[in-house]
Amino acid sequence: MRKYLIRRLLQIIPVLFIITFVVFVLVYKAGDPVALMLPEDASESDRAAMREALGLNEPFLVQYFSFVGDLVKGDFGTSFRSNQEALPLVLERLPATLELAAASMIVAIILAIPLGIYSARKQNTLTDLFITGGSVLGKAMPNFWLGIILILLFAVNVQMFPVSGRGSLMHLVLPAITLGTGIAAEMTRLIRSSMLEIFNQDYIRTAKSKGVSNSVLVYKHAFRNSLIPVVTIMGLQISHLVSGALITETVFAWPGVGQLLIQAVNGRDMAVVQAAVFVIALLVIIVNLLTDLAYRLLDPRIHYS
Amino acid sequence: MEAESKPVMTLPRVNAGMKTSSHPLKRWTKLLLQSRTGTVGMIIVLGVIFVAVFADLIAPHNPAANNLSNIMQPPAWVAGGSWDFALGTDNLGRDILSRIIVGTRVSLLVGVFSVVLAGLIGLVVGIVAGYYGGWLDNVLMRLVDSFLAIPSILFILVFLSVFEPSITLLIVVIGLTNWVTYARVVRGEVLSIKEREYVKASKSIGTSHRTIMLRHILPNIVSSFIVISALSVATTIILEASLSFLGLGIQPPDVSWGAMLTDGRNYLATNWWVATFPGVAIVITVLGIIFLGDWLRDVLDPRAQVSRKGGGK
Repeated sequence: MRKYLIRRLLQIIPVLFIITFVVFVLVYKAGDPVALMLPEDASESDRAAMREALGLNEPFLVQYFSFVGDLVKGDFGTSFRSNQEALPLVLERLPATLELAAASMIVAIILAIPLGIYSARKQNTLTDLFITGGSVLGKAMPNFWLGIILILLFAVNVQMFPVSGRGSLMHLVLPAITLGTGIAAEMTRLIRSSMLEIFNQDYIRTAKSKGVSNSVLVYKHAFRNSLIPVVTIMGLQISHLVSGALITETVFAWPGVGQLLIQAVNGRDMAVVQAAVFVIALLVIIVNLLTDLAYRLLDPRIHYS
Repeated sequence: MEAESKPVMTLPRVNAGMKTSSHPLKRWTKLLLQSRTGTVGMIIVLGVIFVAVFADLIAPHNPAANNLSNIMQPPAWVAGGSWDFALGTDNLGRDILSRIIVGTRVSLLVGVFSVVLAGLIGLVVGIVAGYYGGWLDNVLMRLVDSFLAIPSILFILVFLSVFEPSITLLIVVIGLTNWVTYARVVRGEVLSIKEREYVKASKSIGTSHRTIMLRHILPNIVSSFIVISALSVATTIILEASLSFLGLGIQPPDVSWGAMLTDGRNYLATNWWVATFPGVAIVITVLGIIFLGDWLRDVLDPRAQVSRKGGGK
């Protein structure tokens, strides 16, 4: 186990290298940071001075390592929009995003587990067709559009929930449904097929021939084992969750990291873009590591080598 | 090993069970008609392609023409609407139907070309890594794993914050960030194919690496490659719409479904149709592609079908 953990942690190094490298090359080499930081009518000598001050005349590798060094110290630079340090700006938005992500995951689980099990039990019936069809539709629906339609129906026409913003639990409902639905669609499909596969296993047949009741069979024997792939699926969905959160937060004016990042990209506020990208990437890496560990704890057959 | 010597294995897998000598087009049509969702998907996809190609001829109005005397007309079937603007008009009096029709072009253009770009890079990396193996494979796959560990939307956003958005930039950026999935799948297939008898036989008579890769390996991975590509066109169309919705993708005067939704969001309370119909267009298009892609997977890859239906044996 410890050997596995160490190896898994070592694997994070190339990931961090790639993301810092890509960001560095794009922002400092392909883009023109000086043009973004100075007013448009700045003189050529001002630009040259700025370039010197930023260290843009140093050799490539020297610049890259000093960039990485700053990141390690948590220094992402200053947002030129709000004149605040970029990293605290991102971190103060983090709770809102985590709240939305957790709520969406709960929505997804509440929808997907019963639907997935039910449609597997009723395989090839009309209900199954309906659920499978619904999950395909959920996949085809862009979540910003779903968000807009939900606002139209439940905040504008029937004024049940607030249109946007964060505060009460009511504010959380529509964004969580918006973000959770797409994930639920994918999860339902996978739980269904995972249950079907388990129904065909020998031990289920044995239990059936012993006269074990249907519900015990489904919930005790089959469902427990279908949880293993479900955990993996939840890990895989983190990517969906991140890109979905960026958009959902913007639709509902949810004050999270996603909304901040999109605003920063639109306003070319590079310090904030970098800080947000790194914070999100790190979170994703950590969540992936945790699901991987959970997966191994759930299924003792998996070796740590 | 015995299976390799049966001539039937050298034919495309689809033909294995079908003893028919008819024209391939006829055979495929027959296969397509056996699947209801496949047929629906094909009809939608052909329809969307038709609309994209002949957009200028089909669109009833100029999609960019402001018409201030027709601002915010509701759809035809709602009181106050007229069939002249079947799906209504937006805040500048532009015809929504015409804008949806022209927007088809951007969606397909970005969807198809970025997938082609991503697919080509992934194909080359996957084949080279799988075929040569060794340190090259190790380095390339570490790279792929690292890219897969971070949601690609983050890279896309960094790109879009540095460069001015345009259709070409979107295609390049999405292509450059999404090739890793293909590389992964292709490499896996290559690993199993290169161990087959006929590849070894070909190698033993001195066939060059390039010929083996192009003649023996490539044709065998085409079918799984087509299946992932088809399905990722669907996700790419949604991605483009999302980016355009966020104001980071297609810029006016180019028309995009996603950008139309941004306009419509501001008028939700009074003019629901502006934000509704572009979304319907996205959902129909994406559903069509998913249906067609699922059918292709069932037909081209019998293994996927077995595991999907859940019968492991």
